[in-house]
Amino acid sequence: MSSQYPGLLIIVPLLSALLISVAGWVNKRLCFPIAVVGLSVALYASIGLLLRVLAADPALDGGVVLYRLGGWDPPWGIAYYVDRLNALVLVVVSVSALLNLIATKNDVRESFSTKIGAFYTLYILLVTGLLGITVTGDAFNLYVLLEITALTGYGLIAMGGEYRAPLASLNYVYMGTIGACFYLLGVGYLYMITGSLNMADIASILPGLYDSKVVLAAFVICMVGVWLKMGFFPLHAWLPNAYTYAPSAVSSLIAPLMTKVMIYVMIRLMLTVFTPEFTFSVLALQTSVVWLAVIAIVMGSILALGAPDVKKMLTYIIVAEVGYMVGGAWLGNRAGMTGSILHIANDALMTLCVFLAVGNVVYRVKGYGFDDLRGIFVKMPFTMIGFVAGAFSIIGVPPTCGFFSKWYLISGGIEAGHYGFVAALVFSSLINAVLFFKLIEVGYYGSEDAHHHHGTTPVSMAEAPVSMVVPLLIVAGGLIAVGLYTGDIVARIIDPVIAQTIMD
Amino acid sequence: MISIKPLLAVLVSLLVVPILVSSRTPNVREAWTFAAASAKFLIVVSMVPAVLRGEQLVYTVAQVIPGAPIAFRVDPLGMLFALVASSLWIVTTAYSIGYMRGLGEHGQTRYFCFFAIALSSTIGVAFSANLLTLYLFYEILSLATYPLVTHHQDAEARVSGRKYLVYILGTSIGLVLPAMLICYHLSGTLAFSDQGFLAGTGPPQLMTILLFMFVFGFAKAAILPFHGWLPAAMVAPTPVSALLHAVAVVKVGVFSIVRVLTGVFGIELLSWLNLGTIVCVIASCTILIASLIALSQDNLKRLLAFSTIGQLSYIILGVGLLSPKGITGGVLHIAMHAFGKITLFFCAGAIFVATGKRNISEMVGIGRRMPVTMTAFFIGALSITGLPPAGGFLSKWYLGLGTLQADQITMLVVLLVSSLLNAAYFMPIVYRAFFCPAEMAMFENRVQEAPAFCVVPLVLTALISIILLFYPEPFFSLARLVAQGVTGG
Repeated sequence: MSSQYPGLLIIVPLLSALLISVAGWVNKRLCFPIAVVGLSVALYASIGLLLRVLAADPALDGGVVLYRLGGWDPPWGIAYYVDRLNALVLVVVSVSALLNLIATKNDVRESFSTKIGAFYTLYILLVTGLLGITVTGDAFNLYVLLEITALTGYGLIAMGGEYRAPLASLNYVYMGTIGACFYLLGVGYLYMITGSLNMADIASILPGLYDSKVVLAAFVICMVGVWLKMGFFPLHAWLPNAYTYAPSAVSSLIAPLMTKVMIYVMIRLMLTVFTPEFTFSVLALQTSVVWLAVIAIVMGSILALGAPDVKKMLTYIIVAEVGYMVGGAWLGNRAGMTGSILHIANDALMTLCVFLAVGNVVYRVKGYGFDDLRGIFVKMPFTMIGFVAGAFSIIGVPPTCGFFSKWYLISGGIEAGHYGFVAALVFSSLINAVLFFKLIEVGYYGSEDAHHHHGTTPVSMAEAPVSMVVPLLIVAGGLIAVGLYTGDIVARIIDPVIAQTIMD
Repeated sequence: MISIKPLLAVLVSLLVVPILVSSRTPNVREAWTFAAASAKFLIVVSMVPAVLRGEQLVYTVAQVIPGAPIAFRVDPLGMLFALVASSLWIVTTAYSIGYMRGLGEHGQTRYFCFFAIALSSTIGVAFSANLLTLYLFYEILSLATYPLVTHHQDAEARVSGRKYLVYILGTSIGLVLPAMLICYHLSGTLAFSDQGFLAGTGPPQLMTILLFMFVFGFAKAAILPFHGWLPAAMVAPTPVSALLHAVAVVKVGVFSIVRVLTGVFGIELLSWLNLGTIVCVIASCTILIASLIALSQDNLKRLLAFSTIGQLSYIILGVGLLSPKGITGGVLHIAMHAFGKITLFFCAGAIFVATGKRNISEMVGIGRRMPVTMTAFFIGALSITGLPPAGGFLSKWYLGLGTLQADQITMLVVLLVSSLLNAAYFMPIVYRAFFCPAEMAMFENRVQEAPAFCVVPLVLTALISIILLFYPEPFFSLARLVAQGVTGG
């Protein structure tokens, strides 16, 4: 059984997506339970995989679980490789997707009463795509799964009730397609010169070809494609609208996971496919890319300051956070890479946390403008506890996990002598503090003229249903727990990943 | 010696938070606060004998970053601060009840809840074993005090709250965080030690920059020009001003600076690079300017705020002198100033509860109306000015000796001038309260004090201020141990 985990991880959600679409016709009430079962199995399998790679000895077999899809041997068949790096991402993806699924149940039932089958089918397919991207060891298979996530994502975003949702989705279609095409083109070049699509195989063939212009072109084109997909400034233009006008339940799925999985793909390309030696020594791009990241961080923060509503603000913060991770990965040292990988997990959790909280607010208040937050601390105290925890993590207040990944990123910057990156991170933390306290202030003061110094408060409590609040609070607690276990996560999961591949 | 007591001392007040939120009857809620405050005090006190014997209690909570775990260590400096903060929390709780109920304030549950969190993090700072843990609790304290400062939730509170956050969070994220990371990068550790850990790790210029980043970065110490938040924060209810802005928050800032000077840089490095003098100059500018500004204040709480700004820098000055007596005096001043200043704030609050007056110009002849309160005020003022029979005399005496020991006559002059200024802004208030001509008096000749919950605490702290001159234990022994430890003899 346990040897089939990588297969189960993909097959079970895929089949449950099919079942859901059937159930959508037969009995709509069955859709949600099937989805929960599908994702629970995925979660079970990914935790099982993480435990297995943790138990494996990195020195012996590289700590990698190899799974041949359909029994074909690599490099001909599609192989799934699971090491500590993607095992971590798998757990993050399946935990977030499952929690979000449960938290948004009420919201989905009310918003998509007639389209509930379609919604859950797309939802589960999207998660299947994300899990597949993470688990696969085949460069072309990755493209296929990339398109699955993208196509389902377009559909989900366009289901948003706002009139701007279809346009935002269309914009995303254009940009996302261009990004995916770039990636495919890069893979094409790689196939041309190496004759292989298997990542490990490519990695073993490439070292003799480092001088080749084709390899260089393949790398750069792949990178640009991936950057476009993750919304790396200035390729981010599609992201804020798509994530803002999507339905709440979709925003809180896509915003935490999509960009983070793309960061994972970038790191996978940098470390496994092209090897750190090529990425950091043969190419002389390192410093320039970190500077791009600096611009992304600064611009993301500034744009967030000017954002007209809460969701838009959060999406621009994501743009800045993408800059954190790209910059950290490209610093080319252990601390920076550690920070970047750690931030994949941490940022996914904290973004999930704030988006879930905003989802709850939208569910009750029917809006996500700044004014809709007035008196929200009294109205929805538990939701706001979750929101504040997420906000503090994004600002980087210890002991939430956001502080610790930022710690590693900044120390990577200091180690590399890249003080622009250090300054950008500090700047962004300060801006985040301003942004979130702006919201907290609105929520705390209530209406402008109500001076309830001696009187009773005019707002009464209207908390979201328990099924929405509990997952949020679990995530919020998780932020602190992950923060306190940073030492273990880094020592047992992240350090061996980098030890296998690079640096010092 | 490994002991879980420091962790318990930190967490015991956090445990009260859920109970506070759920309890519907104010009496039960306040009983829990008292229980938590007393438990915290007892746990802290139970560690005193071990610390006086020279032992250090340590406890590691989580290994988060190599060389920088979340860990506690109880040493004389931390113990002194924790004793002051935890003992005054009990007194302040009593006072809070009188004040908040006397004025019928809203949101009292929230108030007591964040008060408990603030005290937790204060003790956390006191017992931190390394810079990371200190930063952690420092930040939690900043965030927990925000709802207290802005308690009234009106336009004025909003402006002050913003100012508070900009100064406190801006400096801690903008200056302390990078400085801490640079320290970690230089030495690979952040654990405080008696000799410091920065010696020999970087060029002198970098050390100087780091010193500035730390001294100004801990803006809770309100060193000029980062003092603006403190007078603004006086919009908070008076018990908040009393405990947090005379004891906990501001002293956390000063404590952090003292900790960094002694435990990160180390006295030897500071004197070798002559950085002590820089610290002294920064501190004495703050002392003199703040005292001069205080002279011109009419709002009593603002006057006390500027007085606090000046007095905080006494502590920094004492440590900056780098001489054993100066350090003893500076550290001792943490305790002496706390008891003196909290008395003054309690008095200001009591006056407000009883008469609704905030400005000094409206308090002429108030000694006839509130004799007990104003006598306590007089004692507090004596302590802050540094005159016997109040405890402030002892710490100022040692500060003076410290300047002589360090051959810094200029600093002695600063201390004396400042004491004169202190007398100049306090004594007229007391004089006019008691000795004004009958036709100028603004109050009837009828004794009417604030509620007992307000008056008893302030009498208590005033008495302690006097007792501390004659029996300054265990603070004095602890301060001496600090000085011995960091100067190596």
